[in-house]
Amino acid sequence: MSGFRVADGGGPVIPNFGHGTACLRNNGWFCPEWVRDHWGDVLQPALVQHIELTVIAVGVGFAISFLLALVGFRWRLLDPPLGAFTDLLYTIPSIALFQLLVPVTGLTVTTIEVALVSYTFFVLYRNIVAGLRSVPAEVLESARGMGFTRMQTFFRVELPLAVPAILAGLRVAVVATISVATVAAFVLYYGLGGPIFDALQQPDIFRTELVAAGGLAILLALTADALLALAQRGLTPWNRSR
Amino acid sequence: MPSEAAELVFDEATKVYEGREGAAVENLSLTVPAGEICVLVGPSGGGKTTALKLVNRLIPLTSGDIRIDGTSILDYDLVELRRSIGYVIQQIGLFPHMTVEANIGTVPKLLGWPRQRIRERVGELLELVGLDPEKDRKRFPAELSGGQRQRVGLARALAANPALMLMDEPFGAIDPIVRARLQDEFLRLQQEIRKTVVFVTHDVDEAIKVGDRIAILRQGGRLAQYDTPEQILEHPVDEFVADFVGRDRALKALALKTLADLELSPVGNADSLPRLPADTSLRDALSLLVAERRDALLVTDADGSVLGVARREQLIG
Repeated sequence: MSGFRVADGGGPVIPNFGHGTACLRNNGWFCPEWVRDHWGDVLQPALVQHIELTVIAVGVGFAISFLLALVGFRWRLLDPPLGAFTDLLYTIPSIALFQLLVPVTGLTVTTIEVALVSYTFFVLYRNIVAGLRSVPAEVLESARGMGFTRMQTFFRVELPLAVPAILAGLRVAVVATISVATVAAFVLYYGLGGPIFDALQQPDIFRTELVAAGGLAILLALTADALLALAQRGLTPWNRSR
Repeated sequence: MPSEAAELVFDEATKVYEGREGAAVENLSLTVPAGEICVLVGPSGGGKTTALKLVNRLIPLTSGDIRIDGTSILDYDLVELRRSIGYVIQQIGLFPHMTVEANIGTVPKLLGWPRQRIRERVGELLELVGLDPEKDRKRFPAELSGGQRQRVGLARALAANPALMLMDEPFGAIDPIVRARLQDEFLRLQQEIRKTVVFVTHDVDEAIKVGDRIAILRQGGRLAQYDTPEQILEHPVDEFVADFVGRDRALKALALKTLADLELSPVGNADSLPRLPADTSLRDALSLLVAERRDALLVTDADGSVLGVARREQLIG
């Protein structure tokens, strides 16, 4: 995790308006030559970092949400307080949360991940619990009547039937995380938020960089969502309409 | 298929729900002989489903005992007990995420059968319940009609060849035409497999059609009468039973017999009499005589050749 630049530290790649192409001199909305020249040193590293931020945040967020959901599913009384807790985390404005965490975890990737992870709980927790609860009563009764143990009922019936709801939650979590992660550049030059921040800090806003980095974030979100939609189809053949 | 069946005994079986007044099932004692269908029937609140679920301990007994081939259900391991009993419910409860094959193979898989044996067994069962062993195997429940789903539910309950089947209003949610067909198929199947079956219904006609014996339960889960359908229709023990089976019980009794059960008289000059095949129920035959204002009819065999004459007095008396 070393080698990243802090937003207010070593300056990003600022175009030389004097010697660039006409497009760059006029600060055009999208100058392909800039994207080509700086793909390797600006955009690609930022994209990779962004993917890394998202995968870790959703991965860790899912693991924790799943454990919380098991607790809320098994002990119904704990479901409302757990749900309220995840709501509460989600209501904290992201910039404020990043700032709150800095004194604790510093200007580090950890700070970003803690905030991103805590945002995933909201959608993941509720979707997992709802999915596990979605099994029709008669299906549970026939499982019991046929001699499934509690564990067998969970792993062979409740969990597989919760998959559609869980994946729907994951899709929302991934898209939301990709979006919120751009704000993390407020703390640290990391991910696609870095170039977006740079572009915004130029006197006239460096449009090409803004559009390129922002566009990449949108493309990343769409791609991830489409991949998960495919996974959803593949994992739930019983839900496919004929 | 091996035709094994178990004798089932309810011995003063009682269920009292805590905090509720009165028993749900009270001192229920009856014996279902091996290989017979016992129908539990009665008004709602009669405790018939409760009585059924006492057997596989989905509902725990409060007192009394239930024995399968002499062994108390309380002496079985709970999971083993349930795996050894076929269970069919009205809403079927197929696993929506599993194919027909996986649904039917559920209990064999729990019992650890080898995969090949499960495959073969599923094919056998699909054929037995009238589904296509190749085409229907890989389908999901959502792709089946209500009648097909109930057949899969029945096949699933039969999969591990249980000695006892519990069926809770199995045809209750199916339209009347398909229901009648499923009842017929089930009875034909039972001729083959000879299971001991406990069958719950709220429909007296279904009870009469399906049951070798009928147990009529009254409010509070008390047994009003336990007898063959004929006995119940012809000799109801009290007002409650008579009311429950209905004012047309004499006609219902007629429905249990066919023209083949009568001693036919030889044919005289009877060419103009209406003709009916020998497997027609006495009820339908009588209905025809009433409709056509006739006193007798000709009974024919399947090929249409005349077997003899049946007179109205014979049908009625």
